[in-house]
Amino acid sequence: MRLKKNLALSDSGFVFDPSTGDSFSTNPIGLEIVKMLQTGKDADEIKAQVVKTYLIDEVGFEKDYYDFVNTLTKLKLSDGSPEKKD
Amino acid sequence: MKKLQYERPVIQRLNVGVMNKFGNKTEYSPVKHIEGNTVKSLIEKFGSPLFVISERIIRETFKDANRAFKTRYPRVQFAWSYKTNYLNAICNVFHQEGSWAEVVSGFEYHKALKNGVPGTKIIFNGPDKSEADLKLAIEKNSLIHIDHLDELYLIKELAVEMKKRPRVAIRINMDTGVYPMWDRFGFNYENGQAWDAINKIMLNDKMDLVGLHSHIGTFMLAPSAYGVAAKKLSDLALEIKKKYKKNIQYIDMGGGFASKNTLKGSYLQGIDSTPSFDQFAEAITTSILNAGFVENELPLLILETGRALIDEAGYLLGTVISNKRLSDGRRATIMDFGVNILFTSFWYDHKISPAQEFSRYTEDAVIYGPLCMNIDVIRENVTLPPMKRDDHVIVHTVGAYNMTQWMQFIALRPAVVMIDTQEKVHLIRSRETLASIEGNEIIPRYLEKFKL
Ligand SMILES: Cc1ncc(COP(=O)(O)O)c(C=O)c1O
Repeated sequence: MRLKKNLALSDSGFVFDPSTGDSFSTNPIGLEIVKMLQTGKDADEIKAQVVKTYLIDEVGFEKDYYDFVNTLTKLKLSDGSPEKKD
Repeated sequence: MKKLQYERPVIQRLNVGVMNKFGNKTEYSPVKHIEGNTVKSLIEKFGSPLFVISERIIRETFKDANRAFKTRYPRVQFAWSYKTNYLNAICNVFHQEGSWAEVVSGFEYHKALKNGVPGTKIIFNGPDKSEADLKLAIEKNSLIHIDHLDELYLIKELAVEMKKRPRVAIRINMDTGVYPMWDRFGFNYENGQAWDAINKIMLNDKMDLVGLHSHIGTFMLAPSAYGVAAKKLSDLALEIKKKYKKNIQYIDMGGGFASKNTLKGSYLQGIDSTPSFDQFAEAITTSILNAGFVENELPLLILETGRALIDEAGYLLGTVISNKRLSDGRRATIMDFGVNILFTSFWYDHKISPAQEFSRYTEDAVIYGPLCMNIDVIRENVTLPPMKRDDHVIVHTVGAYNMTQWMQFIALRPAVVMIDTQEKVHLIRSRETLASIEGNEIIPRYLEKFKL
């Protein structure tokens, strides 16, 4: 998936969507993922990055990742286009 | 490079009303220890789920209640309400603190005797006392609280047969301004049933009417209702004195003081809205002291307080089995404990704390138990940090009723440990085994074998 381009992010995990005026709060790892999604990284790249940085294996992270991405869609933060490969 | 601790990624919408620069801060902080013991080590040693009882909290709570009454009234006696939690180790902490026993069945009566409570210090309540139960209680000179007329007549017969004078009280129900009124137990005050029962006992003269008892309800939040009840019982005692020239030895106000739990649907947290022991004591003792007793004839005040003395001393430790998303997008967390062992989650919004560090981000979640049943909901809506499989939680204020009303349904009941005042852990009930459940089963011969 791709995120809306104009989301404003703060280092404290505050996410603002100027197109709706909604704001969101996310945890540090959530913020990292949002940032990676914004720069166009795909699921595999994000998974690799997270597994490198955190005490978690790929299987453990995978279901949390898809759950998170689903939530982003539910919160209408995706731009509606599918991810390039997945 | 050292890897960072992992936490599930979460994001949630901020509501404008509650937005602040810290985002959505959780009301909970992690609780990693119970009195010097880590949650992790307790679970490693005794398994999960696990009930943990703090002996220190029991003793402190008891002392607080005892002080509240004894500083206001000269003669006070607590009687431990067995049904609230009758694990023997727990009963004995109360007995060491000076509590008598209050029981409501033959089973509980035998338990109290076995624990070493003298028969004369056992109060026998409840509508279902068998003839054998009553004989034993008369033999042991216990305090028998009569619930209905059939019982009254049976005791009368047994008194004649056994050539003994049973020591009895009658249970009285009444309007205290709190509804629904508990009028199914004992004799009603307003319609004259209670006075009628008193006359039947006094005129027949086969037993000694030593006390008057009421238990106006449970989880009562209004001390004033106890004031009303104490006034009505005192008035009856004074009427008896006037008509029969006999002193009633004690007034038993039953149990029912609210614990610090939060009732379901209640806006206020229990911890902020529960009256203190001092407030209950003030209402009760003021009524009795002002009722008109002569100073040296003040009745003994008995209290059968249950939940308010034990709820806070109990914790349930548990473990996350899984997380999932419900169709409406809500997060659901499945725990390894359900309503089978946490019966009180039908009444309370139990406070749940994660037992490990977490960031300040939280999510709204439903907490389910592991039973394959729809009713198995521990919290319908709770704000918790993201937790993952095998993380631990502590459920607070679970000491009352859970360890007596727990069900053996599809799983074995967990162990119970007590942490003593020196922070040492004692196993007080071991985890059940298949043998403990099947011990009473009998398979008819012809059903022993089958071929598949
Ligand atoms: C007769 C009697 N006494 C005492 C209690 C203890 O009540 P609680 O736990 O509400 O203090 C009960 C409980 O229902 C009871 O029925």
